[in-house]
Amino acid sequence: MPPSDAAVLAHTNPVFSLRRVGAMVLRYWYLLRGSWPRFLELAYWPTMQMILWGYINQFMASSSAWVAQGAGVLVSAVLLWDVLFRGQLGVSVSFLEEMWSRNLGHLFVSPLRPGEWVAALFGMSLIRTVIGVVPAALLAIPLFGYSLFDLGLPLAGFFANLIVFGWSLGLVIVALILRYGMGAEGLAWIVVFMLAPVSAVYYPVSVLPGWLQWVALSLPSAHVFEGMRAILFDGTMRWDHLAWAVGLNVLFMGLCTAAFLYSFHQARVRGALLQTGE
Amino acid sequence: MDQCAKQHAIRAVNLTKRYGTARSGAVTAVDGISFTVAAGSVTGLLGGNGAGKTTTISMLLGLLLPTSGTVEVLGVDMVRHRHAALPRMNFSSPYVELPHRLTVRENLTVYGHLYGLKGVKRRVEELAEHLELTRFLERPSGGLSAGQKTRVALAKALLNRPELLLLDEPTASLDPDTADWIRTYLERYRFESGATILLASHNMLEVERLCDDVLMMRQGRIVDRGSPAGLLARYGRTSLEDVFLDIARDRANGDDARREAADAAE
Repeated sequence: MPPSDAAVLAHTNPVFSLRRVGAMVLRYWYLLRGSWPRFLELAYWPTMQMILWGYINQFMASSSAWVAQGAGVLVSAVLLWDVLFRGQLGVSVSFLEEMWSRNLGHLFVSPLRPGEWVAALFGMSLIRTVIGVVPAALLAIPLFGYSLFDLGLPLAGFFANLIVFGWSLGLVIVALILRYGMGAEGLAWIVVFMLAPVSAVYYPVSVLPGWLQWVALSLPSAHVFEGMRAILFDGTMRWDHLAWAVGLNVLFMGLCTAAFLYSFHQARVRGALLQTGE
Repeated sequence: MDQCAKQHAIRAVNLTKRYGTARSGAVTAVDGISFTVAAGSVTGLLGGNGAGKTTTISMLLGLLLPTSGTVEVLGVDMVRHRHAALPRMNFSSPYVELPHRLTVRENLTVYGHLYGLKGVKRRVEELAEHLELTRFLERPSGGLSAGQKTRVALAKALLNRPELLLLDEPTASLDPDTADWIRTYLERYRFESGATILLASHNMLEVERLCDDVLMMRQGRIVDRGSPAGLLARYGRTSLEDVFLDIARDRANGDDARREAADAAE
C-alpha cells in the first residue's frame, strides 16, 4: 500500500508553518466576510471617534494656544489610540470566536501549533486594524483638512509600536480567559481603557503627578504619544522615545508570551482545550 | 519506527489523570490504565457516563496531559512529541462542533490547509461526494441537521486519510438509518485504508458490529477486555448490552466470569 497522505504529511511537518498560519487567517477572514455588520462595525467606531475629536480639535484650536500649535493633534491621538485598541481587540475577539464556537478541541488535535495560532491572531488583528483605522484617517482629510499621513515615516514606527503593544495586551487577555474561562471575557473590552489615562493620549506625560509619570513612561504607548506630539508641535523626531517604546515592547511581548504559554500548558493540564466554551 | 509501534497503534502504560489537589478534593478520572490497540483494528471503548472514556481519548489526542503514566500513539510519545503524530491521526465528536457560521466548504477548506493537504479543493469535493454532502457545501455548518453535522464532522476527520481515527460516540443522537449509513462508511474506510479506529460508544449494537476488540471501563479503570464474541461467551449473555450492564453494575455473572474478567483486563 502506498504511504497515506497522513504519513507523508508527518514527515514534512515543519515546526512553524506559514500555511497553517494562513489557514487560520483564512478561517477568521471567512467569518468576517460572511457578516457585513461585523465589517461595518470595524470602521464605524474609529470613524465616529475621529469625527467627534475632529470637532473638539477645531473648537479647542480656536480657544487653546496649545492645541492651536499642533495641527490635528487630537485627531492624530484618537486615530493612533485606536490602533492600540483595535490591535488588542483583534487578538482577543478572534480568540473569543474559537471559544464561542467551542472549536479549540478541533484546532489543537490538528497539526496547528500554539505559535502558529498566535501568529494568525496577530495577522488578523493587523487586517482588522487597517480596515478600521485607515478609512477614518482618509476621511479626516476632506472633513478637517488634516492628514495623519503627514506624520511621514515616523507614523510607521508609531503604528508598529502601538499594534505590537495591543498584541501583548491581547495575549494576556487570551491567557486570562484560558485560565479563568468565559467569566473573564469582559476583560477583552475594558483592559485597554485602564491604560488610557497613563498612556498620555491627549495630554503630555508632564501633566500627570510625578509618581504616575513613572508608570506612564513604563508603557510603550506613552512614549509613542510623546513622540507624536514632538513631531506635531516642534517638528522634531524624538528617537529616544521611539527606542524606549521598542525596548518596552520587547519586554512586554516576552512577558505576555510567557503568560500565554503557561496558561496554554495549564489548559492542557486541566483539559480546558476540549471543554472550554460558552 | 520500532516493531512494537508497528504492531500497536496505541500503547498506554499506567495512565492516570487526577483533577484538583488533595486539599481541594482530588478526583481520579482515569486510574492507572494500561492497554494497547493493535494497528489496523477497530477497538471499542465502553463504559457508563463518568467512566473515563473522554478523558482517556483526550490524553490519546494530547489535548490533556496525564498526571502520570505514558501514552504512545503511532509510536510517538504524545506528552512530548504529539506534533509528530497529529498529522497522521484525526478525531471526531458530536460534542465538539465545527464553527457554525462558516459554510461546510469553508470549514473543510480551513482544516484541509491545517493538515497541509495538496489539492484541498479536490479533496473537499471528493469527501463531500462520498459522504453525500455536496448539496450542503455552501450552507452554514450551524444550520445543518444532526445527521448532516455528523457527516461533516466525519469529513473533517477523514480529510488527511488518517492512520488512526478516534471517534467519540460517532452515531450519537442519529436516527437508525443515518447511524447505519455512518457505520457502513466507517467499515468501508477501515477496509480500504487499513486504518486503526478507536471509538467510544454507548451503542452496543454498533460496537458488536464494528469492533474486533472492546475495552470496558468503570470508574476510571479498565475492568474487562475482549472481542465482542468473547465477552458474550465469558458473561454467558446474548447481547453486549447485558454484558455492559453486568459490568456497569458490578454484577459479573458468577465467580468464574469475574475472575476471567480480571485476568483479561490485566
